[in-house]
Amino acid sequence: MKNKYSIFSLIKNAFSQHENWKQAWGDPEPKKEYEAIIIGGGGHGLATAYYLAKKHNMRNIAVLEKSWIGGGNTGRNTTIIRSNYLWDASAGLYDHALKIWENLSQELNYNIMFSQRGVMNLAHNLQDVRDLKRRTHANRLNGIDAVWLNTDQVKEFCPIINTSPDIRYPVLGGTLQRRAGTARHDAVAWGYARGANEMGVDIIQNCEVKGIKRIGDQVEGVETSKGFIKTKKIGVVAAGHSSVIANMAGLKLPLESKPLQALVSEPVKPIIDTVVMSNAVHAYVSQSDKGELVIGAGTDAYVSYTQRGSHDVVEGTLKAILELYPIFSRMKMLRQWGGIVDICPDASPIISKTNIKGLYFNCGWGTGGFKATPGSGDLFAHTIANDEPHKLNAAFNLNRFVSGDLVDEHGAAAVAH
Amino acid sequence: MFLINCPYCGERDQSEFSCGGEAHIVRPKQPTELSDDQWAEYLFMRKNIKGVQLERWNHAHGCRKWFNMVRDTSNDKIHAVYKMGEKPPVE
Repeated sequence: MKNKYSIFSLIKNAFSQHENWKQAWGDPEPKKEYEAIIIGGGGHGLATAYYLAKKHNMRNIAVLEKSWIGGGNTGRNTTIIRSNYLWDASAGLYDHALKIWENLSQELNYNIMFSQRGVMNLAHNLQDVRDLKRRTHANRLNGIDAVWLNTDQVKEFCPIINTSPDIRYPVLGGTLQRRAGTARHDAVAWGYARGANEMGVDIIQNCEVKGIKRIGDQVEGVETSKGFIKTKKIGVVAAGHSSVIANMAGLKLPLESKPLQALVSEPVKPIIDTVVMSNAVHAYVSQSDKGELVIGAGTDAYVSYTQRGSHDVVEGTLKAILELYPIFSRMKMLRQWGGIVDICPDASPIISKTNIKGLYFNCGWGTGGFKATPGSGDLFAHTIANDEPHKLNAAFNLNRFVSGDLVDEHGAAAVAH
Repeated sequence: MFLINCPYCGERDQSEFSCGGEAHIVRPKQPTELSDDQWAEYLFMRKNIKGVQLERWNHAHGCRKWFNMVRDTSNDKIHAVYKMGEKPPVE
């Protein structure tokens, strides 16, 4: 790496008041033609470009981002990383990602602040208990760490939870994945951008795709706000706007785009050192390094691209949070926002070729895409470079909606999504 | 979050309603003769429009009647509400 970050570079730059750090990635104008173009400069798109350059030696590529990199769902999620999915296909996919997360700061030479603080999923009724125990067994058979905790063990692991049997949805136990945790979301986008740019990838911001040109069944390039760019391979990683891009190419996808909300509180001293999720009452909470409680709310139940979300959704989540954590009753919420998530009918992603040559889609991550960022990029890069899926993403093809071979993670995925 | 003018009850809070997704998807007349591709199209593929979309809504916590709506999904503005069986207003 040309500008390797280390303790020495930090000390050196301290002497010049940190005013002489070099730009981490460039701001080029688009070339006339690229070997491949990635549409969408979020974590998944930048990771795709990074692995295309690193593992498949495709250096003449560009990432097109309509605003600034990491400004969409990458900057709007609650940064939770876990791989405790029920079905084999999902377990393979998400644990592949988790294994990359574990060494990503070193690989990128960029501190993504990956913290394996554990993720605990609570059970509030008998069916939850049965489902979560079943998932624990399934996880362990797939080599994913998971343990079942009874109510006392839940209380011991996270003492601020109200485990009284008198609350409306009492805590009957929970599962814990210790390898799970959080990472700094912006750093993930920036780390991948820097890494990709170092290998020659052009990252072009403020460049919106307006159309996809195809001749017959082969893509020929993209119309953008910065002019026409020729290419034979297009990887679309546009999250909530995937259908918009698909429509440009005359394709329909099995997606619905909905606002998903999150919110953070005022910062306080460390009070919760893990991530606690509850499917039944839909509340999940962790604490950022700045001290804010990071709270994930639900989606609005209708298609919308407004990046806002409804107040009643936030209200419902906070009611559940307050019953589970009475200690938070006087905390003030600081900020609330929404991101547009593209949801598949089976709540699993699509990392797939299409019936148009050279057009690939990585979408449908719904409400849980952040955790998969490195794995998603790696497998999508493999799919684009070889024109064939990797065995880990073969099940996540677009054709499953025709064949009926769905990966139904609705409710099975440890939280409603 | 917005107000919806239910054709039967008048203006109510959106939280009283539930959305039934894209409108005017016709149920196949001869289900036994459908190919897998046609089933996929009917069951799963959606326009998911960013802009003006026709959709079905149900006044779940009110009269419980279904109706159609013309809504701009890019800003949540409702352009028109019309009853089931009626043609969408042309604009």
